[in-house]
Amino acid sequence: MSQAREDSNNLVIIDSSGRIGGFISEMFDRRELLMILIWRDIKVRYKQTIFGVLWALLVPLLQTVIFTVIFGRFANIKPDGPYSYSVFVLAGLIPWTFFSQALTLGGQSLINQQHLLTKIYFPRVFVPAGAVGSCFVDFLVGLLMYAVILAFSGVVPPLGIIFLPGLVVLMMVASLGVTFLLAALTVTYRDFKYIIPFGVQVLMYASPIIYPSKLVPEKYRWLFGLNPMAGIIDGFRSAILGKPWDIDLIAVSSASAVLCFAVGVMYFRNTERRFADIA
Amino acid sequence: MANPIIKAQGISKVYMLGQSDVSQRNFQESIRRAIAAPFRRLRELGGARTADQEFWALKDVSFRVDEGEVVGLIGRNGAGKSTLLKVLARITEPTEGRVELRGRVGALLEVGTGFHPELTGRENIFLNGAILGMKRAEIVREFDRIVDFAQIGRFLDTPVKRYSSGMYVRLAFAVAAHLEPEILIVDEVLAVGDAEFQRKCLGRMDELRSQAGRTIFLVSHNLEMIEALCTRCILLHEGRIVFDGKTVEALEKYRAYGGRAGEISIAATTRMQWQGIGNREDLRNVAGDGDLDFDLSFSVGDRDLDGVHIDVELVDSKGTSVTHSKSRFLRGGFSVKANSAITFRYTIRSPMLAPGPYYLIVYAYDPRGVLAWIEHIDACTISARSYFPAVDFIDEIKGTTVPHFHVELL
Repeated sequence: MSQAREDSNNLVIIDSSGRIGGFISEMFDRRELLMILIWRDIKVRYKQTIFGVLWALLVPLLQTVIFTVIFGRFANIKPDGPYSYSVFVLAGLIPWTFFSQALTLGGQSLINQQHLLTKIYFPRVFVPAGAVGSCFVDFLVGLLMYAVILAFSGVVPPLGIIFLPGLVVLMMVASLGVTFLLAALTVTYRDFKYIIPFGVQVLMYASPIIYPSKLVPEKYRWLFGLNPMAGIIDGFRSAILGKPWDIDLIAVSSASAVLCFAVGVMYFRNTERRFADIA
Repeated sequence: MANPIIKAQGISKVYMLGQSDVSQRNFQESIRRAIAAPFRRLRELGGARTADQEFWALKDVSFRVDEGEVVGLIGRNGAGKSTLLKVLARITEPTEGRVELRGRVGALLEVGTGFHPELTGRENIFLNGAILGMKRAEIVREFDRIVDFAQIGRFLDTPVKRYSSGMYVRLAFAVAAHLEPEILIVDEVLAVGDAEFQRKCLGRMDELRSQAGRTIFLVSHNLEMIEALCTRCILLHEGRIVFDGKTVEALEKYRAYGGRAGEISIAATTRMQWQGIGNREDLRNVAGDGDLDFDLSFSVGDRDLDGVHIDVELVDSKGTSVTHSKSRFLRGGFSVKANSAITFRYTIRSPMLAPGPYYLIVYAYDPRGVLAWIEHIDACTISARSYFPAVDFIDEIKGTTVPHFHVELL
């Protein structure tokens, strides 16, 4: 009867090998939980706010105003194409806001939800992945509104816009990888609570947000590209604003993003079995 | 049945204990250690282990459970019950050994895991259900029944942070009660909630077992509940299985293990030392209308003592003091000889206590000060059946005593 099928399919083995059950199949099985965790994060984030999810655009918009005044006017940094400095900055801030939020919220997600870790089992990656997912919803809203702004200011996206989804995937890969790593590290070493906000700030200046990447000397460009967001942000500008593609930079950043993902997932997988004991 | 639904082989779990005695440090010492901590931690990273102590929470635990069995897990505090449940629930991994589970596991180690105070009752049903492992379709199907079970009615769309604690617990239970995994693991959670609701939950568990044929693994300090629900019991003691078999026998063994583990010695002096309750055996499951007598044994240090008094407080499972008797009310102090073993017999006549477990606080002193002070001594369990043979084992008795009473229609 169905008993035999269950016997063969539902067998769960728990031992000290660190591999708790089928990883991928289990995540697929519990995907609804991931969706609900994302939904919860968004719901809670904008509860009792007036502007709600509009904040997803308001924050980068306000930052754009500040950056335009300080760096566009006072420091007189020029954009890398025939568009205004504000449009240029915002194109970088949309993916950057996502990345920095994902790292900050995702990095703290496990220790903020210790009570879940010690009381019930579910695929642990859902906690940081849920945080990243909720930031991604914000990102989509921000991107949509950015498109509206562009339409009003008469910017017509180039044909290269078709590569945007690829860049978004790359951005997700990088963010998930780094977030997994940081979330797992924070469980063991609470020092990361202090390191992450600082690191995010440093990375912001190491990314071509307020300045065009061509400002970085040619021979250091590869080093610059090791920050995955450098190539991704540069790519966003090419795809949306029609700046010439810097293939080399994107290639280095892509490799770096994939590496981040691999390291993040591996470290997470190897430490997740200890979370409940440490947290 | 060929294949057991749970098969555990040689499970052990070790925890590393950090350096001890945090409590005894003074302020200056704390600061000094806080400053030194980063260097110590860095040294540990480099591989140098500070003198950590191993603690085996579980040692070589093996058992198998067949489908449809309801197994109780009993043992004193610190016996390893929670650790075993956490291993079975896959929250923590065993250091050694292996468990095979055939089927979906639902673990209920806490009520309302993942409840978010900002979200409404309705939203939390979906959130909590998903965390417990229910599919969305299942939650939708059971939704009305959950709301009905929780009796939250018009508060369904109110954030749970505005709920009373009773409503909160009821809602949390309601979701959990509609979880239908093949294996259900339940910790002490049923200890909260009012009696009527507890009975509802027990009824639901019984339903799961008898109708759906689910396997249930249950931890409780409420021995009567264990007795009523479980056919089989595993008795843990200091991380090892000391008995696995019929509930009745397991409960007897449990009582015999006489748990000095539960006792907390607050003050023990060299002048007099606590040895335990001498007549422990027949003090178990006492009839409600009988007398309670405790033989409290001590050994006396190498000095004669004069003017010794002894106080006994009987405390119920909620920690409420039920009776408090002082020998000083009755007579002058006792005189005892050095290096002798002495026993005080404390008799409390027909206290008519409400059913449930009771604990003793024993306090002995002489004019020079405290001699011994021990809390949480397992005293006895008053059996409900001795009062009302016809009534269910858990009833809504709110008071701490059950006086003789009569009801008649005039």
